[in-house]
Amino acid sequence: MSKHHVTATINGEPAEFLCETENTLLDALRDQLRLTGTKEGCGSGDCGACSVIVDGRLVCSCLMLAVEAEGKTIQTIEGIADGEKLHPVQQKFLEHAALQCGFCTPGFLVAAKALLDRNPDPTETEVRYWLAGNLCRCTGYDKIIRAVLDTAAEMRANA
Amino acid sequence: MSALSYAAPSTVQDAIGLLSGAKGIAKVMSGGTDLLVQMKMGRLKADLIVDTKKLPGIFGITESAGVFTIGAATSGAQLGEHEGLKAAWPGVVEAANLIGSTQVQGRASLAGNLCNASPAADSVPAMIAAGAVAVIVGPNGQREAPVETIVVGPGRTSLAKDEFILQFRLPARPARSSDAYLRFIPRTEMDIAVVGCGVSVTLDAQGVCTAARVALGAVAPTQVLVTAAANALIGHTLDTATLAAVDAAARAACNPITDKRGTIDFRIKIAGVLARRAAKIAYDRAGARA
Ligand SMILES: Cc1cc2nc3c(=O)[nH]c(=O)nc-3n(C[C@H](O)[C@H](O)[C@H](O)COP(=O)(O)OP(=O)(O)OC[C@H]3O[C@@H](n4cnc5c(N)ncnc54)[C@H](O)[C@@H]3O)c2cc1C
Ligand code: FES
Ligand code: FES
Repeated sequence: MSKHHVTATINGEPAEFLCETENTLLDALRDQLRLTGTKEGCGSGDCGACSVIVDGRLVCSCLMLAVEAEGKTIQTIEGIADGEKLHPVQQKFLEHAALQCGFCTPGFLVAAKALLDRNPDPTETEVRYWLAGNLCRCTGYDKIIRAVLDTAAEMRANA
Repeated sequence: MSALSYAAPSTVQDAIGLLSGAKGIAKVMSGGTDLLVQMKMGRLKADLIVDTKKLPGIFGITESAGVFTIGAATSGAQLGEHEGLKAAWPGVVEAANLIGSTQVQGRASLAGNLCNASPAADSVPAMIAAGAVAVIVGPNGQREAPVETIVVGPGRTSLAKDEFILQFRLPARPARSSDAYLRFIPRTEMDIAVVGCGVSVTLDAQGVCTAARVALGAVAPTQVLVTAAANALIGHTLDTATLAAVDAAARAACNPITDKRGTIDFRIKIAGVLARRAAKIAYDRAGARA
C-alpha cells in the first residue's frame, strides 16, 4: 500500500501530510504536523483530550482517520488564540485556575470554544452536558464550568 | 507498510463493487465511532474500509408528504438540529442524541448504531417503535427492510457482505401521533443502556390510542418489538390498568443477561418501568399534536 497524501486547511493555513490508512487524525496532527497541543488520553472517544473542530463540528480526532481529513477545514488548540492574544476562554481558564496538570485543557478549550461559537449564552446545565465527553482527573470540573460561563458572559458584554 | 486499504467512493455502484470484489474483510464506515474503536482494540481486523460519506444521499434529512428520509451517515448532531424532525419524531431524535458525547455526536450515525448490532444501541428501539424502514443497496439494486429485521444477533446483521444502508425512512404521521425514548444508565451521561425503551403512539380525538409500537433494547440478544405491549395500549387511554398491562407485557418480552451494569431481575423490572414512562411521555406529546 502506498501512503495517502492528504491536503487540508488547518488553523486557516493549507497543510499537507502523508499517512497510512490506520493513522488517526490525532496521529497526523501530532506526529506529522507536530501540532502536539492536541492530546491523546484514551484513544477510544471517552476522554475528549483530542477534541478538534472539523468543518465546524466538534469531534474526537482519535476517532477520525487521517485520510478523512482530505479537503477538510480543521481547527486545533493551536488555532484558538489570535496570534499572541489569548482567546477569552483561555484567559478565563487562567483567571479561574481551571487547570492543574493541564493535560485535559486543550480538549476542554476547543470543546468550550465550539459551544460558545454556537451558543453565546449557555446555561450551566448546557455547559455541563456539552463538556460531558471531556474528562479531567484534577480539577473536579467546577472551576472549568465557572470559567466557561464567565467567558460567555464577558464575550456577550463585549459583543 | 500497512495492508489496510481505504476508499471513499463517490457513487453507490462503486461502493458496492468495492465490497463485492474485496478479498478479506471489507467494512463500511460512517462515523467510525464504533469501527475505529474496535480496530484499535484489535477486536476487528479489516482489510478494506469503504467510507460512505462521499456517497450522494448518505447525509441529510428531507421531508416529502410527511415522510422523512434520513441519510444513513447523518450525524446525531445534525438530527438534533433539525426542527421538523424533532417535532415529528422527538423520540427518535432524543434516542440518537443520547449516543456518546458532543464529540461522538459530531460523527455517530443511525446506520452505524444499527449495524454495529449492539443489543444496547440507543437509537434502535426508537427507530423500531417508529416503524422506520432501512433503504438497502446492493448488487441487485435497492430493497427496503423494517429496521427490526436488520440485527440478527450481537454484532451480526441480515445484510449481505456487499450490501449497506443508504437511507432510513420514517412513515408519515397522522394527527395526534408522537414518540419517546428512555434509557436507564447508572449516571446521566456517557454510559451504555442497561435498558432502553422506545414507544410510538397515535391517539384519536378522545385520547384513545389507535396505533402503537413498543420496542425494548438491552434486554435480549437483539432489540425486541413488543407487540403485546402495543396491543395493551391500543383501544385504551393511559389509565392505571393499561399502564399495568404495558408494564407486564414489557417484562414478559425480556430475555436479558446479568452483567456489571445490571442483573436479569433488575433489567426485567426496569423494562416495565421504562415502557410505562415512555408510553406516558409519547402519549402526552401526541395529545399536544392535535
Ligand atoms: C465514547 C463513546 C460513547 C458511546 N456512547 C454510546 C451510547 O451512549 N449509546 C449508543 O448506542 N452507542 C454509543 N456509542 C457507540 C457508537 O458511537 C454508536 O453506535 C454510533 O451510532 C455508531 O455510528 P458510526 O456512524 O460511528 O458507526 P461506524 O463506526 O462507522 O460503524 C459501526 C458499524 O456499522 C457498520 N456500518 C456503518 N455504516 C453503515 C451503513 N451505511 N450500512 C451498513 N453498515 C454500516 C460498520 O461497518 C460497523 O460495523 C459510543 C461510542 C463511543 C466511542
Ligand atoms: S484521546 Fe480521543 S477521546 Fe480520549
Ligand atoms: S487538569 Fe489534570 S486532567 Fe484536567
